[in-house]
Amino acid sequence: MIEVTNLTKKYGDSTAVDNLSFTVDKGQIYGFLGPNGAGKSTTMNIITGYTAATEGKVVINGHDILEEPLEARKCIGYLPEIPPLYQDMTVGEYLDFAAELKGIEKEKRGGSVDDVEELLKIKSMDGRLIRNLSKGYRQRVGFAMALLGFPEIIILDEPTVGLDPQQMAEIRDLIKELGKNHTVILSSHILSEVSLVCDHIMIISKGRLAASDSTENLMKMMQPETVLTVTALADKRTVEKVIEGIEDTELQSIEETEDGNTKAEIRYGSDMDRRKDIASAFAAAGCAVIEMNTEKTSLEEVFLELTADEEKEKTAADIVADADSDAEDLSEAVDSVMESGSGDAAEDEKDAGTGADQDTGDSAEGKED
Amino acid sequence: MQAIFKREFRSYFHTMTGPVLTAVLLAFTGIFFVAYNLIQGYPYFSASLSSAAVVLLLVVPVLTMKSFAEERKLRTDQLLLTAPVSVNQIVFGKYLSMLAVFAIPCVIMLICPFIIKIYGGTALLSDIIAVCEFFLLGAAYISIGMFISSLTESQVIAAVGTLAVLLLLQLADGMSNIFPSSAFGSYVCFFVLIALAVLLIYHLTRNVYIACGAGVAGIAALTIAFFAKKSAFAGLFGSMVSSLSLVSRFQKITSQSFDLTTIIYFVSIAALFVFLTVQSIQKRRWS
Repeated sequence: MIEVTNLTKKYGDSTAVDNLSFTVDKGQIYGFLGPNGAGKSTTMNIITGYTAATEGKVVINGHDILEEPLEARKCIGYLPEIPPLYQDMTVGEYLDFAAELKGIEKEKRGGSVDDVEELLKIKSMDGRLIRNLSKGYRQRVGFAMALLGFPEIIILDEPTVGLDPQQMAEIRDLIKELGKNHTVILSSHILSEVSLVCDHIMIISKGRLAASDSTENLMKMMQPETVLTVTALADKRTVEKVIEGIEDTELQSIEETEDGNTKAEIRYGSDMDRRKDIASAFAAAGCAVIEMNTEKTSLEEVFLELTADEEKEKTAADIVADADSDAEDLSEAVDSVMESGSGDAAEDEKDAGTGADQDTGDSAEGKED
Repeated sequence: MQAIFKREFRSYFHTMTGPVLTAVLLAFTGIFFVAYNLIQGYPYFSASLSSAAVVLLLVVPVLTMKSFAEERKLRTDQLLLTAPVSVNQIVFGKYLSMLAVFAIPCVIMLICPFIIKIYGGTALLSDIIAVCEFFLLGAAYISIGMFISSLTESQVIAAVGTLAVLLLLQLADGMSNIFPSSAFGSYVCFFVLIALAVLLIYHLTRNVYIACGAGVAGIAALTIAFFAKKSAFAGLFGSMVSSLSLVSRFQKITSQSFDLTTIIYFVSIAALFVFLTVQSIQKRRWS
């Protein structure tokens, strides 16, 4: 269906898409997932032929997007991030124009415009000027445009942005319905949305494919966990020993507080409640537990962790920035900063340098998006 | 192509652009027509037209400024460039729609030669040809404006840039005097021109070898020509600049002599800039 091989896109010195390869099979819903500026829109723009890749190849239904652009584009309906709407046209005029542009024959044009208007529930807006529509309706008109003529492949860049929750649910149902006889690729930075709709998820981070698997497998891999914070009246070593004795848990961090207590964070799978085990283990060791707090890491955080992995390796500064949402990172950052000391100052500087490059790269890419 | 042509043409008349431009062009042509032909009784409409050509300097930038700049700014170019139509078709559709808008006042102007004929004028045919040539002059200007619009996202820059280029072409005839008339002076001017061309080539291709190669070849050819035939270089640059002027050529044809080279010149300028517009849009895809 769609074959993408070794796709690379560079804007000047920054790399927006870095050696991306994947295949998309017929009749499935694919989700591109990644934080802002990860290269999702750029990848979609390359697949649809709007921009050309610096290197690599995109083949759609056997047609190379650069060598046989018209045949390839005929198979695709594309809704870009900003719906490409002409403000001075009415909805009906616009869809008519788009239908003609897509080469739908004159006799069928009226019918196919009616069909998509019906699907997106914009029939009543037919005579309204696009300029006067709300954001949600504009998004729907753009969606309708992408669906005109029902091409085999439908590519949607953040299709639910700007919609209210009810509209979002409607659009999701529509996408699921479309997925039965079309190939759909959609992008989003919201994991829950993608996991609801898509059969297959591709996580993109910094222009690279961080993970690609069926939604089911990925969900298994990204099992959410619970972090339990315990404060006990004991020293660090005792607490460590107690926690080691509890099965299926993992000590995430431990520190002594100013007043001589020990605060520990314990991590375990969210599928069961371990508070009772932990409390009784502390009681058995004779440590008084004075505080206990649970916090569930959401799927979002797991996703954030997955996409932030590379940054962790790069700079301490990045980790500190990430740490707002992830306490584990913070402790690691503190540790690594402590360890590095003065002798590694030069290296740190170098790291900071690459971090800065990364940042400018991101902003440049963001502009292009 | 048809779809784009229809949409563009309609959009000029959905907004005030189309009617206002038609009205302005007709109003000024009308004033010259009344002043020259009706009051002074001059029997050639072409004389009014050559004065009206100045109005094109203002009308054309307004007509062409939004053609590609607006699409790019509002991201509607994503619809066109991902639809199963080629860039050629997009550019032709847009160019033809602008020509169609410009053709409306030109067709209305055709009434004037007939009015002159009623009063005993004898130059009906040459006046009608003059209106056609006026249209071709506009077509050349529009292609330049469209090209400049394809280079930028800002309509204002497109309009000002087009105005500047058209004004420069308008004044080229008079400016030829400011260039040195000696053979060596012309040589230096050509040298500078080649250097600028090399910079442009480098900017477009980002390839040092191609740019330097072209530069060395150009300068070698220039130097050989200079030493082989020094006398031909005297005043050459000035006359070359003045021959760039579209309007002075237009004024030549309005003096009742049919000049095929002028028509070919206008058409080839139009073709060149339509081609360059296609290239500039193709190139944007790669950068």
